[in-house]
Amino acid sequence: MVELKNKMTNNENHINKSSSQFAGETNNATDKNSVFLTKNFNLWYGDHHALKDINLDIKENEVTAIIGPSGCGKSTYIKALNRMVELVPIVKTNGEINYRGRNILDSSYEVEELRTRVGMVFQKPNPFPKSIYDNIAYGPRIHGIKNKKILDEIVEKSLRGAAIWDEVKDRLNQNAYGLSGGQQQRICIARCLAIEPDVILMDEPTSALDPISTLKVEELVQELKDNYSIIIVTHNMQQAARISDKTAFFLNGEVVEFDNTDKIFSTPRDQRTEDYISGRFG
Amino acid sequence: MKYLNDTTVMKRMKSRLTMNKVWKTIFLLATLLALLTLVILLVRIVSQGAAHLSLDFFNNFGSRFPEKAGIKAALIGSIYLMLIIAPVSMILGIGTAIYLEEYAKKNKFTDFIRMNISNLAGVPSIVFGLLGLTIFVRMLYLGKSLLAAGFTMSLLILPVIIVASQEAIRAVPKDQREASYGMGATKWQTIVRVVLPAAIPGILTGSILALSRAVGETAPLVVLGIPVILQFLPDGLLSQFTTLPLQLYDWAKRPQEEFQYVAAAGIIVLMVLLVIMNSIAIFIRNKFSKRY
Repeated sequence: MVELKNKMTNNENHINKSSSQFAGETNNATDKNSVFLTKNFNLWYGDHHALKDINLDIKENEVTAIIGPSGCGKSTYIKALNRMVELVPIVKTNGEINYRGRNILDSSYEVEELRTRVGMVFQKPNPFPKSIYDNIAYGPRIHGIKNKKILDEIVEKSLRGAAIWDEVKDRLNQNAYGLSGGQQQRICIARCLAIEPDVILMDEPTSALDPISTLKVEELVQELKDNYSIIIVTHNMQQAARISDKTAFFLNGEVVEFDNTDKIFSTPRDQRTEDYISGRFG
Repeated sequence: MKYLNDTTVMKRMKSRLTMNKVWKTIFLLATLLALLTLVILLVRIVSQGAAHLSLDFFNNFGSRFPEKAGIKAALIGSIYLMLIIAPVSMILGIGTAIYLEEYAKKNKFTDFIRMNISNLAGVPSIVFGLLGLTIFVRMLYLGKSLLAAGFTMSLLILPVIIVASQEAIRAVPKDQREASYGMGATKWQTIVRVVLPAAIPGILTGSILALSRAVGETAPLVVLGIPVILQFLPDGLLSQFTTLPLQLYDWAKRPQEEFQYVAAAGIIVLMVLLVIMNSIAIFIRNKFSKRY
């Protein structure tokens, strides 16, 4: 308990440090804290230089969209943020990714701790072949919560948070595979909420869904940003325009432009951004 | 210019359809031949052996007189042997498979190990018998005991269990592991809560099929020098014992004709045992398998 408190105060110190450090650097100065501050980050798959000198300052309680053509490194980048990219054995990285002021690439940063604070929703809905209840309770359980009452509460809260409680409350014990693709994806979002993360990474969460389910997930993202920082990778530029506050445009492993979403979509600074959003390539 | 006009299509149509029928018939005949052999074998054995199946047959030990010969020592011996093989081979085999699939880094050395395990599955059983004789019977002074035979048989089926378990573990979709890691689960938690529950049907099916191979195996036991006829039941891990296949082999080679019927009765018992084990495997596969 004491240890945890120490850790938290430590984190706060880091937060203050990093925000003051960057107050001068950003033009659109907000008083929001950084959640992910990426500095000169490089990533290689074997010999392939997939991410080149990435510098991004992602703020809390915002929706940050990452757009770009296939193979531009946007999924790789988002997977670097919770170090999921390490599951590929040939990956090498350098530079810094600071999460709340601590460099997550440090070997002392336990990846399990990071992923508890930075949850992820994947491209294809991937519920476990367990009951809806057990899917949501999975996260709390691996972190040691056994009390049935607390679990019940977390499950309900998470399902409500993911706007799917009314649809499934009568069949919590049924297999999550019986649900439709869109419902499964919202179960996965609820499962992610159940670990009470700080940041939610979403890797093209609607690319496998029909338009109506997509709309529901988009609305959900809007609601969630009050309490979470959301970073969403999307192929769909309209989606980025609809739901995000900031947009980063990736091309060939580089960040071409990162700015407020309305600015990116109305008056982009870079010709390549304009070409991409106007559909001239990609 | 159309290349596929009506005349070209119709000209070839008849021969294509005939070929289709010919191959279907060939495959059907192949299946029927296998089934027929099996049926003949079963009918012969049941008609010869059924008369000899009685309570006494299960209660008597081996004997020089066919009417007094029973299967008690062999049946109990086989079951005891299985009770040793099952835990030893499954713990080692599944453990190895988990290590190779989930923990081991992919490099030339582990590739070499993987390849060799698959090769080991094809090594003749008599070679494992010789290995067991050298290591367990002689070097470790276990003698011709249940333990020595159990270890030898475990080694024999270990590669099969490892390969089957590896396949089952590999078949668990990557996104299931990612979902678990993504919530901060450790590797161990992911293995226990996600990978194994999904892989267990495949693992158990493979293990039980391997076990039934061990139960029907004779050659390694002959090499170890396991006695064929015993007048007592094994009373401990280091006790002597005999097994069903050995007992059958002994009966079948005796000159008196009556012993052929005793052997047939024994074969029925062995087959029922194997059918039960395979049914359990199928049951487990159907009951626990999950679709993604």
